[in-house]
Amino acid sequence: MFTEALWILAAGSLASSFLKNRGKTKNALRFSWKYFEGMALPVLATVWAIGLLLAFLTPHVIARTIGPESGAWGVMAAAVLGSVVLIPAFIAFPLAGAILNQGASISAVAAFVTTLVMVGILTAPLEAKFFGWRFTLWRNGLSFVFALAIAFMMGRIL
Amino acid sequence: MTKKRNPMPGVLLGLVIGTFILFVLDRGKGVSAALTAKRYLVEMLSILPPILVLLGLFESWVPKTWVEKAMGPGSGTRGAVVSVLVGTAAMGPLYVAFPVGLALLKKGASVFNLCVFLCAWASIKIPMILFEVKFLGAEFAILRLALTIPSIIIISGLLKTFRMNIPGIQRS
Repeated sequence: MFTEALWILAAGSLASSFLKNRGKTKNALRFSWKYFEGMALPVLATVWAIGLLLAFLTPHVIARTIGPESGAWGVMAAAVLGSVVLIPAFIAFPLAGAILNQGASISAVAAFVTTLVMVGILTAPLEAKFFGWRFTLWRNGLSFVFALAIAFMMGRIL
Repeated sequence: MTKKRNPMPGVLLGLVIGTFILFVLDRGKGVSAALTAKRYLVEMLSILPPILVLLGLFESWVPKTWVEKAMGPGSGTRGAVVSVLVGTAAMGPLYVAFPVGLALLKKGASVFNLCVFLCAWASIKIPMILFEVKFLGAEFAILRLALTIPSIIIISGLLKTFRMNIPGIQRS
């Protein structure tokens, strides 16, 4: 539904832009194309890499790594796993809930969920293409450290 | 975007070879890899064209002074709030946020606000929070959110302190 809304919004904006000013609209589409050209191959590579990786990191493997017996190392492993995999929220949260119910620690689950959203190793090359490696490594590195901090704090509080 | 020798064809070739080897060694895993890749590709193709069109329109219509004022180096707390809201309101996976962030940056947004925007886009989404409440409990979700927001501000502040230079973007 959101996707449809996005298409309608884009089409409507494009049409009204065209009616108002053809030159600016042409320019706009040139910008769009430039973005597309820059993104096409890296995006394809990223998608492919996700496919390859997720063939090995199945929900089963993830659950076992973060599971109840994994202990303090489990928190670290959970943070690393969350950084590497890239799964949509509608799979990630039920999975995290299942792992928590199996008896995994709050910290491990929090670490997994937080790095899952904030740190992206697979998307890092794409991010670096836009903002450079220095920015990308620092943003992801700091996010990783803070995810661990959040995880341990949550383990203490809850 | 940085202009260097394009490593992409090599990367893609490596992935093709990797997939082929996987397919030969373990047919089931090879098929599942291909299916996952296809699913993500379809998702990407369904969301990227309208985003790119909107980005192009943004580039050609929105005056630089607007963005500079709202999210520029002097925008302070209000700029951070705007960045969080822009990041939260938008939808879609993080890789869609990259071109949007670059467009904001080119229009004069500060590096601090770029980082706030990217992190907010990644981690604060209303539907995502609802999912988290449902599967991990309200206590868990709210506490994590409460810890995440200050973390984002600190991370962005550190990035600003380290004077990150974004290739191709000049900042006075």
